[in-house]
Amino acid sequence: MSDRPEIDDHSGVETTGHEWDGIKELNTPLPRWWLIIWGACIVIAAIYMVLMPSWPLPWANTYLKGTRHYSERATFAKDMAKLAASRGPSEAKLAATALDQIEADPELLNFAMAAGRSAFGDNCATCHGSGGVGGLGYPALVDDDWLWGGTLDDIKFTITNGIRSTGDDTRFSQMPAFGKDGLLSASEIKDLVEYVTHLSNREADAAAVARGATLFADNCAACHGEDGKGMHELGAPNLTDAIWLYGGDRAAITNTITNAHQGVMPTWGGKLKPWTIDALTIYVHSLGGGE
Amino acid sequence: MSSSVARKGMGLDVLTLGVLLSVLALVSLFLTANTHDPLMKVHAVILLGAFVLGIAALFMRAAGGLGFDQSRYEEGIIKAGVVATVFWGLVGFLVGVIIASQLAFPNLMYFEDIGWLNFGRLRPVHTSAVIFAFGGNALMATSFYIVQRTNRARLAGGVWPWFVFWGYQLFIVLAATGYVSGITQSKEYAEPEWYIDLWLTIVWVAYLLVFLGTLWKRKIKHIYVANWFYLAFIITVAMLHIINNLSMPIGLTEHKSYSLFSGVQDAMTQWWYGHNAVGFFLTAGFLGMMYYFVPKRAERPVYSYRLSIVHFWALIFIYIWAGPHHLHYTALPMWTQTLGMTFSIILWMPSWGGMINGLMTLSGAWDKLRTDPVMRMLVVSVAFYGMSTFEGPVMSIRAVNSLSHYTDWTIGHVHSGALGWVAYVSFGALYCMVPWLWKRKRLYSNDLVEWHFWISTIGIVFYITAMWVSGIMQGLMWRAYNTFGFLEYSFVETVEAMHPYYIIRMVGGLLFLIGALIMAYNLWRTARGDVRKGEVVPDAEPLSIAIPTAN
Repeated sequence: MSDRPEIDDHSGVETTGHEWDGIKELNTPLPRWWLIIWGACIVIAAIYMVLMPSWPLPWANTYLKGTRHYSERATFAKDMAKLAASRGPSEAKLAATALDQIEADPELLNFAMAAGRSAFGDNCATCHGSGGVGGLGYPALVDDDWLWGGTLDDIKFTITNGIRSTGDDTRFSQMPAFGKDGLLSASEIKDLVEYVTHLSNREADAAAVARGATLFADNCAACHGEDGKGMHELGAPNLTDAIWLYGGDRAAITNTITNAHQGVMPTWGGKLKPWTIDALTIYVHSLGGGE
Repeated sequence: MSSSVARKGMGLDVLTLGVLLSVLALVSLFLTANTHDPLMKVHAVILLGAFVLGIAALFMRAAGGLGFDQSRYEEGIIKAGVVATVFWGLVGFLVGVIIASQLAFPNLMYFEDIGWLNFGRLRPVHTSAVIFAFGGNALMATSFYIVQRTNRARLAGGVWPWFVFWGYQLFIVLAATGYVSGITQSKEYAEPEWYIDLWLTIVWVAYLLVFLGTLWKRKIKHIYVANWFYLAFIITVAMLHIINNLSMPIGLTEHKSYSLFSGVQDAMTQWWYGHNAVGFFLTAGFLGMMYYFVPKRAERPVYSYRLSIVHFWALIFIYIWAGPHHLHYTALPMWTQTLGMTFSIILWMPSWGGMINGLMTLSGAWDKLRTDPVMRMLVVSVAFYGMSTFEGPVMSIRAVNSLSHYTDWTIGHVHSGALGWVAYVSFGALYCMVPWLWKRKRLYSNDLVEWHFWISTIGIVFYITAMWVSGIMQGLMWRAYNTFGFLEYSFVETVEAMHPYYIIRMVGGLLFLIGALIMAYNLWRTARGDVRKGEVVPDAEPLSIAIPTAN
């Protein structure tokens, strides 16, 4: 091991004279560009510290406020005030206008649609899907098939009070679990499934359909109607169309009759502002099938 | 070890370790017998089993004779560390691919009744496996190698280094089994509960003492720069670990504890820890690795001794301030955010000091990039290091952070550092060390290193570019307003938009895993002494295990 510095052949720079397991070190000076950029960073940082709140002064229980006296809270309050100034009048107008009058005012309708679309994305799309396309167990809002009614007032009532939810006026109905609770036997359910299949114009076993018709009249018609077209007052689905909340094949229908489903939608009244609920109503009503 | 060589030592190491393990075995016996906490019971049994095994191993060791041959390096423990590094690396990368797939396809492996397969449980398994198990074992193995070779001293502490090694593996097993069974204190990168933290503290202090003891025994006057970095890593991680994990267990036989800190102080302590885990675990430690393997492999002197001193002290003094940049636009006081941001900007050049020293050491040996894939891996790791340590200060600027924070950009940034820098410099070190340790003339195959290099480099590029695009898109979508002042996009729409990038990320991760599997095969064949058909065997002697006395 040499303790004396030597000159490196390639770079022409002196080594430090140390060696560790064959590793030597050159005594290259600090790169000038590196020092300059570092210095510039320090200067920029120092300027920022002067402008903005920076060092704590614990002995005085305060901190250097900076020449700009910047405060995140104040900035936030200013932003919110700006938003209130630009949006406030429209919000007030929306709140004061009756639902069925909104369409008459194109400017207000535009505002309501924008507000509704945004509120829908943040609150409703999680279950009903982006744009209200729905999914298994979550009704599609883009069609004209409504469980609890599709008028502006129906939609507003549903959003405000929810379904099988916590609100005092929540919409409520309960289909019996015919199989699980022993109200119908397995063969009776099988006949019913054939009848329900037949209701939506699909091929079914004729003998079973005949037996199922009686069963339907005795057990189902009270809610789903004699003709199976459903009933908005009870949230009973129309069984004669091709739209199925929990699936329309024989296995899915058997499951529904056997166990029943109790879908829940939250009570949004009290959580969302009344004008937001109005905007949501207008938006949902416009999605495709408003009555 | 043959009995003909002179062994020194009276077995004090065996005695002290025996006492410690016996006490700990009694404590875990007490825990096993008294705990009503089913999760802790499992861990108490694991601890008891481990300590009993440890005591048995000590007896066998003592029966074979006490003392060590001080004229030779301790290499068995480094071999064990190499195996552990490769093993945990593969585990960590695999879990990473799994959770990346779960993000792209949320129903994948979702079972209502098997909670431990959920993303939430597996995510800390991935982060801890790659950072602490893979990275930690790589750091321990290389530090034990380098501290011996650059100081011409056998590892201090006799059997204690083995306690450090196995104790650390035990920590990993406890942490990982805890995560999947639901034991967590919910602090990112510091999830293990109080008793696992205590155990790691014991292991870590032993690690520090072994390292310091070896430095103490050194036969070379000056201490090489790699050792400074390792020492800074060991000491600072001890401090971070102890302070961030200060907590009060709800009972001595219960796994749950509550942090000493609350609210914004808790957040600040956590990110002081979190950021310096990046700074001292993933940067300082791996710079130590870089400072040995790059000049060694390039066979060139380190570019600048002065730069190494200046950037070392600047790095460790400035890094410790940067944590608050993780909490911009939160309840953290504004002055703290300012300091976090400004110190991050000042940190840029000190970080780059390591990159300059790494890259410029190649001057005079640039042709090796073409001929030696291992050298190329090391150099690319330094390049990724430079890229991440530039991106970091940029992201710490509040205006940039308001776009990047909480988005995938952060994930991309972390992985350009983790895959590109940490993993690549470790792979380079493994490719260097395996032939040296197993006394082979060369690697089994350089071609397979080429395959590893290119496959995983493409994987990294897929990963980080996908996350850049996804992250910036996500940030822009979150802040988009329509003319009426309403949000343009809902959260679910941003999630939907990220889907293709999540698939690209998953593919990138898979390529990285495939590369690592190729490496594992190559290293295994190297250790066995094979050379792939058609590759040239050099006329060199394998590296000696004997400590040079003088020259």
